[in-house]
Amino acid sequence: MKTQRRPFFGLFATPGVLVALLFAGAMVMVLQFSVRLQIPGSLDVGGFTFRNFTAMLHPLYARVFLDTLWLCVLTAVFSLVLGYPLAYALVRSRRVAVKSAILIITVTPLFLGEVVRTYSWVVVLGNNGFINSLLLDFQVIAQPLRILFTLTGVTIVLVHVTLPVVTIMLAAAIAHIDTAYEKAAESLGARPVRVFFTVTLPLSGPGIVAGLATAFAWTFSAFATPQLIGGGKVNMISNLVYQLGFGNFNFPFAASLSVAGLALTFASIAVLRLALRPLEKVGP
Amino acid sequence: MAQPRSGRLLFWCGRLVVVAVLGFMILPAVVVGIAAFNAKALLSFPPQQLSLRWFVNVFTYEDFQVGFRNGLLVTVAASSIALVTGAAFAFVLDRYTFNAKRVVEGLLLAPLVVPHFTVGLGFLILAAQIDMSRGYGVVILAHVVLVLPFVLRSVQISLSNLNPKLELAAASLGARPGRVLLTVTAPLLLPGLFSGWLFAAILSFNEFTASLFVTSQQTQTLPVAMYNYVREYADPTMAALSVLYIVATATLLAVANRYLGLGKVLNVEHTR
Repeated sequence: MKTQRRPFFGLFATPGVLVALLFAGAMVMVLQFSVRLQIPGSLDVGGFTFRNFTAMLHPLYARVFLDTLWLCVLTAVFSLVLGYPLAYALVRSRRVAVKSAILIITVTPLFLGEVVRTYSWVVVLGNNGFINSLLLDFQVIAQPLRILFTLTGVTIVLVHVTLPVVTIMLAAAIAHIDTAYEKAAESLGARPVRVFFTVTLPLSGPGIVAGLATAFAWTFSAFATPQLIGGGKVNMISNLVYQLGFGNFNFPFAASLSVAGLALTFASIAVLRLALRPLEKVGP
Repeated sequence: MAQPRSGRLLFWCGRLVVVAVLGFMILPAVVVGIAAFNAKALLSFPPQQLSLRWFVNVFTYEDFQVGFRNGLLVTVAASSIALVTGAAFAFVLDRYTFNAKRVVEGLLLAPLVVPHFTVGLGFLILAAQIDMSRGYGVVILAHVVLVLPFVLRSVQISLSNLNPKLELAAASLGARPGRVLLTVTAPLLLPGLFSGWLFAAILSFNEFTASLFVTSQQTQTLPVAMYNYVREYADPTMAALSVLYIVATATLLAVANRYLGLGKVLNVEHTR
């Protein structure tokens, strides 16, 4: 009897390889469109050019790049600061009910999708929205606050969108800390505050770096949030790509913006990892 | 033994922060919940009169009906294809070494970091280049690519927790590889397969940005229909739909938590 050395190898590997090729094909399309001339009024593209990339240096586009980067940084930092206590409580809470409640509240938004979440915030932040109605009723303010269509408004909602995934990543890191280290510090007389800042926090370093990088990438790919909350006043690269593609039918320029954006994200995350390298090398 | 004062202070401050952050997390859901039952078309707080008319609107608005049907079709197709492809490939990754293994794995996981608008743009151009009409095919394929990483990761975790002795025992008793796979490996992987499929299905049903690029008027999924609605109308119909969404998702996750242990699936359980 012939025994198979690699049972199911071909059968099981083929679909995965096909999907990988499909994705690679789509990305190659973006790449090759990014160096093509636009033919106005047509979806076909012309010859080779670098003009799309040089056009990006225009202040109008440079501004969008800077806004995008700044929003990514703000969102990543706020998500980390708000997510850490939540993750800590999620992992260390002794009551199962508390754990489950935190987990469900944290994870549910992750699965709601950007549209539902962003719309909910329009209802909260709008001129006739929840916050303004409340403040007007209690006569804290005379005019409704303008939060929609501002950088602040977009940041608030982006943090809400990114917070769950950062919390989950931080929780995974905290969950894998050996509590023996904390007990050792305690038994040597360290107060809880000191134990937290000198043992727990440094040991969750890898989670912090991973969380920041993920928050950065997620924020960069946000589309519905800047579109609906920013309302054209605050634009991110994603909005520009959509606008150029479906508004101007300039798919080559949309593609080159995507490529530049992708390069920028990867470069930023690489810089982040490099800068925070000391945080990643922790533990025994 | 009394805790030192600094410890108590930290404890209570921490609690306060956690409650505040949780409040921030659920604030929009609560506010949308209130807005959905408001009788008037204009948003106002607190509502003067309560009504269910916006919920009726959700079910009678044609674009939502079409979007729901399209979304269901795309979700079922994409998550099933992703489940079979992802599970099979996770198995191959776990058991074998081969040329370009890391490259293929990297390509399959890349959609986790490549923005959805870039993936959507890529599939739009690809479909146009090979003269594929903007039908369901391109939407389903884009969704497969986007949700596959979740199936792959989920099954990989299950595979690494699998005790290889069980398979060896079955094989040493004379079971052929096919029988081992079907009667030993697959049943042991069931929780991973199920949670991977569930995540893939929920994410596919809610996927918006890439769908906006690759769907047409005929194939638009529910999130795209919702986005178009928000851009055109300001009445609380979307609030009502959001409430249905939030309740359905939270229920599904609570059930998954009860039976699968979300903490374990998400790898946030204490291990040591």
